[in-house]
Amino acid sequence: MKKNLEERIEEWQTYLYQHRAIQSVDAEELEDHLRTQVKALGEVGLDDDEAFIVAVKRMRDLNSISREFAQEYSERLWKQLVFTQHEGGSSKETQRDALVAVGLAIAAGIAIKLPELFGYHLSEDDGGVFFYLRNFSFFVLPFLAGYFAWKRCLSHVTRTYLAVIFLISALIMNILPHKGEGHTVILAAIHLPIALWLCVGVAYTGGSWRNHAQRMNYVRFTGEWFIYYALIALGGGVLIGFIIFIFESIGLDAENLVKFWVLPCGIVGAIIISARLVEAKQSIIENMVPVLTRLFTPLFTALLLVFLVTLIWTGSSIKVEREMLIGFDLLLLLVLCLLLYSISVRDPHAPVGVFDVLQFLLVVSALVVDVLALWAVTSRISEFGFSPNRVAALGENLILLVNLGWSGALYSRFLIKRSGFTSIERWQTSYIPIYAVWAWIVVALFPIIFKFQ
Amino acid sequence: MDIGKDLVAASATPIVMAILSEGATYGYAINKHVCELSGGEIKWTEGMLYPLLHRLERNGYVEATWEKSDTGRRRKYYSLTDQGRKELAHQQRRWEVVDSALRGIWGSTFNVLLQSN
Repeated sequence: MKKNLEERIEEWQTYLYQHRAIQSVDAEELEDHLRTQVKALGEVGLDDDEAFIVAVKRMRDLNSISREFAQEYSERLWKQLVFTQHEGGSSKETQRDALVAVGLAIAAGIAIKLPELFGYHLSEDDGGVFFYLRNFSFFVLPFLAGYFAWKRCLSHVTRTYLAVIFLISALIMNILPHKGEGHTVILAAIHLPIALWLCVGVAYTGGSWRNHAQRMNYVRFTGEWFIYYALIALGGGVLIGFIIFIFESIGLDAENLVKFWVLPCGIVGAIIISARLVEAKQSIIENMVPVLTRLFTPLFTALLLVFLVTLIWTGSSIKVEREMLIGFDLLLLLVLCLLLYSISVRDPHAPVGVFDVLQFLLVVSALVVDVLALWAVTSRISEFGFSPNRVAALGENLILLVNLGWSGALYSRFLIKRSGFTSIERWQTSYIPIYAVWAWIVVALFPIIFKFQ
Repeated sequence: MDIGKDLVAASATPIVMAILSEGATYGYAINKHVCELSGGEIKWTEGMLYPLLHRLERNGYVEATWEKSDTGRRRKYYSLTDQGRKELAHQQRRWEVVDSALRGIWGSTFNVLLQSN
């Protein structure tokens, strides 16, 4: 079937928009030029098709046009994230999107201060701190889920499910007879954000969380979100420093202002704002996490290998102390993230490269370290019996062991070209619900199993 | 005849401003006009013309307005500002100097050389 002129111009426009130096107003101007050209050619007897081809040809290739625009507007190559001035229709949507995000961030900021009206203060001397420790997630994650529910036009059923999950978890954290400083409640408070974050993923994927590509997108989102959050936190730190300094200069102490207002509201607000920034820029800017992953994978592989060699050389063993075990859990978690993020950006069709071998080495060395850590945990359990912390550490190590073990197997198959890269990717995305299930077990069942120790 | 990149670039600004001094017009028409004026010898690419117009706009020599064209679509019309007129006069004097210098030479020796070839 023959395409008509409008379709062709539309196609041409999409090409045009791929060039960063050309913005929508310029594109409109160039389009007008093209149309006039087509019309003029039509008047001398060419039909639409011919006229279009000649007109496009006369305009030369878009790359060279774009290059000349880039020379004139070099600043456009530095992508403007938030403050790009669009003219025309598309800006309304982004503007509304920004407004919703800022509105939700403010709402989260208000939400975290609301409990003060009911006597829960962040100041240390009453139970307020523990109230906030238990409930921190509820001041921000529902808003984040709400943002994505709005953005992705989530179905009513999924919205209801999410609302129910948030409600039930709020009841678990507040109705159960938690002891103020019990181990189980602290474990629950640590695992709740993870459990709920994965629920926010359901909203992020627009309800289609079973889709593996969507799951991977959420993984990417999480990584970028973290980078943005860290950057905003850095800026926030500078701001706080100046708040304290500037009021000190006139003899006022701003410590309470910072501690009870700027810090809590900033922490929750920034979570929403970072999410919105990642949403806005995902297609524009080079993603940062893959770059960091490339940088740190060799370094962490080296660290683990050197550590293992030293361990064998000196014949020492891992100290079975709680802090050590937590440290190793975090290390393995980091390795998993490195693995996950390098998988998330790798082109599944690319042939085996040096980096894949490195990745395999990382997985294997992490596996060995995990076995050592696991051995340490079990020896501690056999010595002192089961405690919530030890069982949590044991569970997490087992989950990581299974993941790393199978990843290693898949990687070795991939390296000897027995299977494609997709199987590795698929394994990781299939595994994500396991983290959620475990986190929920720690949040909901641990307090009951261990009788609120 | 190939005019050469540098000369095209150097002459483009005064030519565009001179065309605009006759009244507001849009990119395509400027291009067409230049082509006619030069007997088809000067052909500008869009990649040169539009960034040039935008640069003149940024410098305040030219102002742009979006107006409805005869086809009913939006079209960007450019016109010369007062500052632009002053700049054009300035440019004109400079080009006249170059022009008269060249004529002075070619009017005598070079003309003879060219004809003898």
